[in-house]
Amino acid sequence: MALSGIQIYKLLPQTNCKDCGFPTCLAFAMKLAAKQVELSACPHVSEEAKAQLAESAAPPVRLITLKSNGHEIKVGNEVVLFRHEKTFYNKPGLFIRVRDDQPADAVKAAVAAVDAYTVGYVGMDLGLDGFAVESVSGDAATFAAAIGAVRTVSGRPLVLISKDAQVMAAGLGAVDGEQPLIYGADGDNWEAMADLAKQHKAPLAVIGSSLDELAELTEKIKGKGIEDMVLDPGGRDLSTSLVQATQIRRLSIKKNFRPLGYPIIAFPCDAGDPARESVLAAQAIAKYAGFVVLGDFSPEKVYPLLVLRENIYTDPQKPIQVQPGLYEINDPKPESPLLVTTNFSITYFSVANEVEATGIPTWLMVADAEGMSVLTAWAAGKFDAERIAKSVKTFNVEDKVSQKRIVLPGHVAVLSGELEEELPGWEVKVGPREAVDLPAFMKQVL
Amino acid sequence: MAVEIPKDTWTGEVHAVTLGAIEADGGTRTKTVTVGGEKTLPFMHFEGETPNAPVVAVEIKDRRPDDWSPLLEEAWGSAMDDPAAWAKAAEEAGADLIQLSLSLTGSDGNPTTPQAAVDAVKAVLGATGLPLLVFGPGQADLDNELLVPVAEATKGERLVLGLCEDKNYRTIAATAMANDHLVIARTAMDVNLAKQLNILISDMGLPLERILMDPTTGALGYGIEYGYSVMERLRMAALQGDAMTQLPMIVTIGIETWKTKEGKVGDGVPEAWGDWKERAINWETLTAVTLIESAADIVVLRHPESVKRVKAAVTDLMTV
Ligand code: B12
Ligand code: SF4
Repeated sequence: MALSGIQIYKLLPQTNCKDCGFPTCLAFAMKLAAKQVELSACPHVSEEAKAQLAESAAPPVRLITLKSNGHEIKVGNEVVLFRHEKTFYNKPGLFIRVRDDQPADAVKAAVAAVDAYTVGYVGMDLGLDGFAVESVSGDAATFAAAIGAVRTVSGRPLVLISKDAQVMAAGLGAVDGEQPLIYGADGDNWEAMADLAKQHKAPLAVIGSSLDELAELTEKIKGKGIEDMVLDPGGRDLSTSLVQATQIRRLSIKKNFRPLGYPIIAFPCDAGDPARESVLAAQAIAKYAGFVVLGDFSPEKVYPLLVLRENIYTDPQKPIQVQPGLYEINDPKPESPLLVTTNFSITYFSVANEVEATGIPTWLMVADAEGMSVLTAWAAGKFDAERIAKSVKTFNVEDKVSQKRIVLPGHVAVLSGELEEELPGWEVKVGPREAVDLPAFMKQVL
Repeated sequence: MAVEIPKDTWTGEVHAVTLGAIEADGGTRTKTVTVGGEKTLPFMHFEGETPNAPVVAVEIKDRRPDDWSPLLEEAWGSAMDDPAAWAKAAEEAGADLIQLSLSLTGSDGNPTTPQAAVDAVKAVLGATGLPLLVFGPGQADLDNELLVPVAEATKGERLVLGLCEDKNYRTIAATAMANDHLVIARTAMDVNLAKQLNILISDMGLPLERILMDPTTGALGYGIEYGYSVMERLRMAALQGDAMTQLPMIVTIGIETWKTKEGKVGDGVPEAWGDWKERAINWETLTAVTLIESAADIVVLRHPESVKRVKAAVTDLMTV
């Protein structure tokens, strides 16, 4: 747990020499607690105090980075149990499992499809993060060959799965210079695995069947000089995995319990059934996993999960917004139709995507509704006739469109009378309630 | 190493609310369903009791809806033409509860009449022994006009009447009180608004054991994160002892999911969305399970396959 200003003060020399630029050691301690200064500004702290302060400043869930040529993924570094308390920061990595007993061509085809996969969501391109290559054969050369096959089609980060240190060594050899996740160390093989982790500077996943066993193992491994670890507490059903993940997160955040202060890896791919797999993966995303390993890839499975991950990891304090303004879709001409919407990203893109798909040249005026959806903004008084009329003026809409006609979202049909008053000489039309119905409406009515 | 697991100690608990009444209690249901009663955050079995599992209500309508996804039409088939048949099909699909939404108009285009509403409710009650929730069409005046006669015609059934909102709760709460029914208090994703409305309704004399709250949600991709967080906050407030938040929560996931493009549309969507049916069912299932894990006690769904998946997930989550 982070130390308070007073606790930090007790570790300082307490001479008030002012060399740090603050009038007293206490003032400096307060700034330090608020993370507004660096400890190095005080030249007089003892080595012992330094070590204690560094320990307390370390994040409760360690930041773990996987690296490959040109790609990097960071997980961990979380500071809260519930997203409303602040926010969740580092999205869990979504990995697709491939096995070394599959024919190389099948591996390549599967990996290429995943590597190329992107899906648009509110203006962002979402995709998967990497691959978990599993040794099923138990043979070192086969494992290395499978990893090699993956690498011919994708450069994304890897998780390497084998409990046999020799097999793992061959696997690591196939991606020398990268930082994959080594999965993993258990009670039997941990020393050999720790050696490999050290040699390759790669993070090490630690496998235990209880939190007691896990904590014991991470401490032993830490004793060998390994700092970067990931936890697999073993739960594979929804009840156990939820409880374990929650307990681990609580221990890290509330107790600053170092032996379990690492991200978790989850294996929904072990569910045996794609429906159950999706549910397990969704839980892992919302409830604290750092890495999520999925089985076979299919877009209908990963698209919902990618969206869920975005949703859970958005900052609750800041809705995702677009810039208000007059947007041009499909190269509008002065006589093209004009629609109005709000600047909440989900709203904007729902509408813009539909309009774009029609191919009809269109002006889309995005009013500043403080990042709220149509109805939310309307209910909050941020999307009313006055504001819409003001946007028309601010964005000089009259200079660009020749047809003085504006289309309102169907959900705010009630605004049409007032808007007609605010915009003399304009025709106000009410569109459909949902954007899905815009194409038909635009073709028939506009 | 013996790790000491930190346990939260809560002073409050959620009220248990029983839906439906069997014959001995003045109703006609063959079973009742009790929700709520949690003494801890969702499924933290190691530190407190979760006496009642979350349940699934299946949404049906009094007539074939005009704007439902073709996937739903495919799933329910001709049962959609008859609320009684639909209710039966929903029960067979695994529903714990039936939620009947009254339409704005009949198939002839004229506004739904009180008599038609009562007939539909009676038909559903006759077709299934499950507890029933009845929602008005969502327009204040018409809701009152339809729900009052429905409540009177089914006195003693412990139906759940929806939805009480801040501008329109008196009539519905009053008829629930007079006829031994329950209500749903719906507010727009805000802890304080939820508390306020619960206070207003309970001040009228309806006991808290007869109120469910709907803090509102959006579907996956369309605002689920707000629903998720507000439910987590409401449940924490309840466990901390804030009486006006100690009500079981219901969320209407079906209607939210199936109005999204991901659920509604199969053609002309990005290839990266994948197979329509499986994607749509995932959309509904994941929205539901995610919200159940954030504290929902009742989820209202529309697709039978989602019902199956969500129920399997709940069984898994309730296993100690
Ligand atoms: C998420 C949400 C919130 C979030 C805000 C999210 C945001 N950034 O906007 C939070 C929790 C903050 C919130 C707050 C409030 N909310 Co709110 N909220 C919702 C919720 C659940 C989803 C809204 C959403 O994101 N929809 C998705 C977007 C994409 O929809 P959309 O913007 O309407 O766009 C669609 C259509 O309108 C159409 N469209 C859009 N533009 C255009 C343009 C044209 C030309 C056309 C044809 C179509 C079109 O296409 C889109 C896709 O179909 C809804 C309930 C629900 N389930 O819908 C309530 C809801 C909108 N909220 C409501 C209310 C009352 C509020 C509050 C006022 C409550 C309060 N008193 O505090 C506050 C206001 C905020 C404030 N004071 O700061 C009410 C509004 C009631 C009403 N009918 O007026 C709703 C309907 C809930 C309810 N049933 O009570 N809310
Ligand atoms: S430099 Fe160090 S010892 Fe001097 S006042 Fe600042 S904190 Fe205290």
